[in-house]
Amino acid sequence: MTIEVKNLVKKFGSFAALDGVDLKVDNGELLALLGPSGSGKTTLLRIIAGLDWPDSGEVSFNGEDALAQGARERHVGFVFQHYALFRHMTVFENVAFGLRVQPRAVRKDEASIRARVKELLDLVQLDWLADRYPSQLSGGQRQRIALARALAIEPRILLLDEPFGALDAKVRKELRKWLRSLHHEINVTSIFVTHDQEEALEVANRVVVMDKGRIEQIGSPDDVYETPATAFVHGFIGECIELPVQVADGVIRLGEQPLKLAADGLVPGASRLFVRRHDMLVGPPGSGAFEGAVQHVRNFGPVQRAEVALSGGETIEIDAPRDKELRAGDTIGLEPRRYRIFAG
Amino acid sequence: MGLTLSWLSVIILIPLAGLFLRSLELSPEQFWNILSSRRTLNALRVSFGLAFAAACVNLVMGSIIVWALVRYRFPGRRIFDAIVDVPFALPTAVAGVALTALFAEKGWLGAPLAALGIKVAFTPVGIFVAMIFIGIPFVVRTVQPVLQDLDPEIEEAAGSLGASRWQTIVRVILPSLAPALLTGLALAFARAVGEYGSVIFIAGNLPNVSEIAPLLIVIRLSEFRYADATAIAVVMLVVSFVIIFAVNRLQRWAQSRIPAR
Repeated sequence: MTIEVKNLVKKFGSFAALDGVDLKVDNGELLALLGPSGSGKTTLLRIIAGLDWPDSGEVSFNGEDALAQGARERHVGFVFQHYALFRHMTVFENVAFGLRVQPRAVRKDEASIRARVKELLDLVQLDWLADRYPSQLSGGQRQRIALARALAIEPRILLLDEPFGALDAKVRKELRKWLRSLHHEINVTSIFVTHDQEEALEVANRVVVMDKGRIEQIGSPDDVYETPATAFVHGFIGECIELPVQVADGVIRLGEQPLKLAADGLVPGASRLFVRRHDMLVGPPGSGAFEGAVQHVRNFGPVQRAEVALSGGETIEIDAPRDKELRAGDTIGLEPRRYRIFAG
Repeated sequence: MGLTLSWLSVIILIPLAGLFLRSLELSPEQFWNILSSRRTLNALRVSFGLAFAAACVNLVMGSIIVWALVRYRFPGRRIFDAIVDVPFALPTAVAGVALTALFAEKGWLGAPLAALGIKVAFTPVGIFVAMIFIGIPFVVRTVQPVLQDLDPEIEEAAGSLGASRWQTIVRVILPSLAPALLTGLALAFARAVGEYGSVIFIAGNLPNVSEIAPLLIVIRLSEFRYADATAIAVVMLVVSFVIIFAVNRLQRWAQSRIPAR
């Protein structure tokens, strides 16, 4: 199933949750909608599911107008952040729900329903919980049941709204891997919403970065990380150093100080320079584009994080390998291995 | 613990025990004669029958009111929410007088209803109306917090799984609310059975037709027939207890299917 969204606009009062969104999702993709809260990602997902309606724009599944149908007819599996399991039903009945409410003409007989539910519980590896109630399950188990329930109706599309948002970090990591392998197995077109960049980059085939109701960039996890299209994407993904610079007469300046960086092809004027923390290479004083004094150093697993006061006046944090000897008070040179400059 | 139990005994158990002891002064035969008299049976029938009917009406209407109060935002919602408590707070005699004035043959509602040939005041219908009036807050106030707690997302989940609106209500919403609905029903019923103040004004109090059991007790007391009064009281007590107990069991059964989160 392919999904196409054209020029979608949705306003809540004067707040534009979606401000002209275009998106194409290919068959069998696992797509992440990534953005800060209020970026419109959940609204977009809910409109695709038929739980919300846009003010204008088009949504089509396989070229067919989806907005003409309600959530019930769209045959879309939806997984909620807070599971939304039916608490008065056992796990088994929760999963069977979508099969039991089918119109009588197409409803399966009891034996087939049982077999199908069993199959789904096996798929999510929780068949031993069939007779429990949702309140007796852990968060991770509940979310897997919610997923099994959504899959019961053999959805054309699977939509997941912050599926791991309510879980603790360890369970979240496990479920990420599990979701990816599950998707590999069932191969249904899937979109999931997340504000967690690591989750998006690790799980998805393609990532859509959103901000303020607009799409900032669509690309593979590598594209989005390595070649951010906009200042927002660069700042949002990966830990970044952001410096306000001036571009004039082919020279980039930080404050008053000219930087030894090429200014070819840059638009003159106020700009922002982005460097990832680990892309700032430490060298002896005088080497590199920047110079600064180390304020203090903390160790973080494989790296040491140093706070450096640049001679241009800004203070930045860099990540350097542990074998590099850094001490508070040292003067060092810094060379950005990779950087991007965005006008504005 | 000890304090709680003693207090409970002083307040509830000792008076009830006294009631039973008093009725023991009657021989079984006397007891039976009092109860099987036509007037007593009719009074009990009026009290329990109408109270149950009123509680059922309150269950349905109360659920609809709760739904509107919880799920919709409309101007004056808070005021409506507060109005629900009026029957709680109003002295029952005041409610009785107000209802009687409203439904009397020349009252605002009584006049048009009389034109249709429906008499409310001074008939069993009047008792029914009064019982509905005093019972409604019990249903609303017991169901409201549970519905507030019920995530609207489960309705969306049911919808996206292909359930129609009706299937969502019957299979998802009502079962989730069942324990609260039963509690509300039981409370409204208990209140209506015991209601005295508002009912006697509007009932007309015709023996065998619109005379409620609590009133009959008062009449017997004023005739110094204390044994008669206690016998009727004991029957009311036992029947109420049995009904409340049954509802309680039913409720617990419903609750067991929805373990606390």
